[in-house]
Amino acid sequence: MDIHRFFINGLYLVLDVNSGALHVLDKPAYDALGVFDGTNDVEVINTLDNCYDAATIEEVLNELRDLKEQGLLFAPAINTPISFSDKPLVKSLCLHVAHDCNLRCGYCFAGTGDFGHDRALMPKAVAEQAVDFIIANSGARKNCELDFFGGEPLLNMETVRHTVNYVRRREAETGKVFKLTLTTNAVLLDTDIIDFLNRENISVVLSMDGRNEVHDSMRPYADGSGSYADVVAGARQLVESRNNQSYYMRGTFTAYNLDFAADVIAMAEQGFSQLSVEPVIAKEEDYALSEAHLPAIFAEYEVLAKEYLERRNAGRGFEFFHFNLNLTNGPCVAKRLSGCGAGHEYFAVTPEGDLYPCHQFVGREKYIVGNVSGGIKRSDIVKQFRQSHVLNKSECRECWARFYCSGGCHANAELFNASIDKPYKLGCELQKKRLECALMIQAYLVQKGEAD
Amino acid sequence: MAKHITTINKVSLQKTLQTGGCGECQASCQSACKTSCTVGNQVCAK
Repeated sequence: MDIHRFFINGLYLVLDVNSGALHVLDKPAYDALGVFDGTNDVEVINTLDNCYDAATIEEVLNELRDLKEQGLLFAPAINTPISFSDKPLVKSLCLHVAHDCNLRCGYCFAGTGDFGHDRALMPKAVAEQAVDFIIANSGARKNCELDFFGGEPLLNMETVRHTVNYVRRREAETGKVFKLTLTTNAVLLDTDIIDFLNRENISVVLSMDGRNEVHDSMRPYADGSGSYADVVAGARQLVESRNNQSYYMRGTFTAYNLDFAADVIAMAEQGFSQLSVEPVIAKEEDYALSEAHLPAIFAEYEVLAKEYLERRNAGRGFEFFHFNLNLTNGPCVAKRLSGCGAGHEYFAVTPEGDLYPCHQFVGREKYIVGNVSGGIKRSDIVKQFRQSHVLNKSECRECWARFYCSGGCHANAELFNASIDKPYKLGCELQKKRLECALMIQAYLVQKGEAD
Repeated sequence: MAKHITTINKVSLQKTLQTGGCGECQASCQSACKTSCTVGNQVCAK
């Protein structure tokens, strides 16, 4: 599919897939593009002559032809660029510093923190080897990324602090620049930890599900009591201490809260402004999402998009991760093929030092690609992930969203379809809807002169 | 001045076939979500 034509929130829009150009149309142009393929003027005229006068149809056709000549409509197909090399550089590691957790979230993909194994903490030596691994495998790339993840990483602050010190030393020795993040449920945040995170310029991803009752029903402590009050207190102290910068608050929605826009708004009302919510990944549980939920979820994304614009117009806006879309300086084609990087540019490291394609794969042992002490042993798996991109997957190649979604989550594809080459369809549908909302928002902002 | 169509962004993904691929941009999944892998919302790091 080379164009995607859609109507949303009062706008007729068309995305030219291969150039990345977005156009706002009036109704005659929208109708013409339902027929026009770049070559068939007569067919357009014959189809529309009962609806519009000849002069209008000719005007529309002239504008469509002009855009095509400029390469902004029906742009030529894109093939894999030479710059997308066979041999990837490692960009990023997710350090599972604690396979343990102090919450018992109902939907946890990590099996309440232990990923199906014994609870474990990452020793300092393994973390050092991970830092050395990324330095050795990142080639000439200056930037390296480490995310402290879990379970709950604040349960192993000793290794976190040690690793940061080691990173600073290795930065000075190698000239590399590390971008550090930490993903936490926020309940153990205190002044000492917050000062450390700020001093070391560590971005923080905070897990919170929105409304008090929604959060507590899915994110309780081990004794069943709610964690909401502690999470809000810890998150607020952190966010205020860093002037509302360098964090994301990230929630999960399930079949129990299909009205999740209310949860995003609840986070905004609590004073948080860098927000994201993600659909839960589950197969058969009561809270799992299914195709039957799609109409309600689609409507809810539109509710959220309208609220996003209204609050922004009123001077009390928030950022929503999936509505951020840079239409003028977005990624190159090579990046759009690399996608999330799982399995070739990005790996997860277990407390034992085992390397998996990403944090979601941890515990699926046939996907272990090596260990930080001995490096990559399964280059065949790395190659498979590198080549599993949108131009090589049959379903992606035909999809209008292919240069925005990165081909979907490999872990979800493997979970639902036993193949990383066959995307998880429900995830695709949600991704496309979020993208339509994001494109609509950008169209409004550009027309108002407010886009980034 | 076009009467029926307003172009929001004059971009060309094709041009990045020659110019892109430096690899300095961040890995996508690290950014905020940890479950989705949108690349469209990233910015070129060049």
